[in-house]
Amino acid sequence: MNAATATAGPVSAGSFATGFAWSFARDLTLAIRHPGETLLVVAFFVLVASLFPLGVGADPQLLARIGPGVIWVCALLAAFLSLPALFAGDYADGTLEQMTLSPHPMPSWASGKIAAHWVASGLPLTVLSPLIGLQYGLDPATLGTLAAALLLGTPILSLLGAACTALALGARGGGVLLALLALPLFVPVLIFGAGAAEAQAAGLSPAPHLSLLAAGLILALMALPFAICAAIRIALD
Amino acid sequence: MNFYYFSSPATFYRLAGTMAPFFFAAALATGIAGLYMGFVVAPTDAQQGEVYRVIFIHVPAAWMSMFAYFVMACYGAISLTFNTRLAAMMARAIAPTGAMFTFVALWTGSFWGRPTWGTYWVWDARITSELVLLFLYLGFIALANAFEDPRRGDRAAALLAIIGVVNLPIIYFSVQWWNTLHQGSSVSFKGTSMHVAMLWAMLLMAISFWMYTIGAALVRCRTIILERERRAQWVRAMT
Repeated sequence: MNAATATAGPVSAGSFATGFAWSFARDLTLAIRHPGETLLVVAFFVLVASLFPLGVGADPQLLARIGPGVIWVCALLAAFLSLPALFAGDYADGTLEQMTLSPHPMPSWASGKIAAHWVASGLPLTVLSPLIGLQYGLDPATLGTLAAALLLGTPILSLLGAACTALALGARGGGVLLALLALPLFVPVLIFGAGAAEAQAAGLSPAPHLSLLAAGLILALMALPFAICAAIRIALD
Repeated sequence: MNFYYFSSPATFYRLAGTMAPFFFAAALATGIAGLYMGFVVAPTDAQQGEVYRVIFIHVPAAWMSMFAYFVMACYGAISLTFNTRLAAMMARAIAPTGAMFTFVALWTGSFWGRPTWGTYWVWDARITSELVLLFLYLGFIALANAFEDPRRGDRAAALLAIIGVVNLPIIYFSVQWWNTLHQGSSVSFKGTSMHVAMLWAMLLMAISFWMYTIGAALVRCRTIILERERRAQWVRAMT
């Protein structure tokens, strides 16, 4: 929408696409202008994944065995770390309240924010995961499956995490409370995500796990934006 | 009589006070009968020996843990849709009892698992999802109490409970979906693979746990009502 059409009517009509695009571009711009936070999450992911071989010993067979699971847990924790930033800043300075007053439907800009969050946190982890997998000595097929599982799974983590962080807006005991809310809900994603790569490593087909992850993603995409909006409304009440 | 009469905390407070003792009495009566049936009448299991008798606590507690969560989520949904205060209070009141039964189910299961499976704990689908249920309960309780404004806690926790309902079918069907260590159900509507006395003992214990849960929820709800309404006329008039 250009400036002329926006100012033509008394109130510019909101639509899902414009709301999504607007908040997606805004949050992504913010992430690019403050690259530190995004890089911090990536650095955390790489660092924690590198700690495991030092802790459990550098036996190549053991590392190849635990690799997919460790990478998934690290991705989970990294995604969890970046969650509070999703709504907290906008909630604190009143932006969130202004956004609910915008003509765009609430799920549109909320989805845009979550998509931007995923692009800034989940996507880099997915892209980096083959590199970490190489550190663990995973074979190429497993690396591919792991990346595919992360590609399907990390958006679910972003959506579930967004719902939890919206619920916990303004709550006492922030980080620990968020962990208690979000991590149990992440468990199914972890099981199927790590299961896909482990099935591949064991010579089985990862397709069932990946299909379940995709089904979970579709379900999360359909249902969770509405839950997130309900949570934001509760927070702003 | 008006159906909504008891949706006011003041009237429900009295009703709950009258009803709770009856539920506790029923829980005690069916509990004693169930334990007698389970530990005296029911025969020793041919394969497992005496240790199988843990199921008379374990299975009803596991049923109750799931059902209490479902009821809690329903109360949460009612409180969100109709913006009622009492439903949210009931949801809060059920949560600790549900968490307790979840813990009991896990604990008794691990005691049963040691002699029969040879291990206290396995990362089996049903056990893991029951553990997740315990964390969901704890998350609900933590979130409900994390806000200065109790109504904000009510709403946030209600929404969390509704999101967490996804876990219930996973627990329930886990023994069919994943063929892992935890055995399938022995009880179904089409008939059972159990001795009649065992079945009766289990059903009596299940009824006892139900009655206990309702009674405990009512008593806890009364406390919550008093705490919330402490500035109301009718509460002040009581003291």
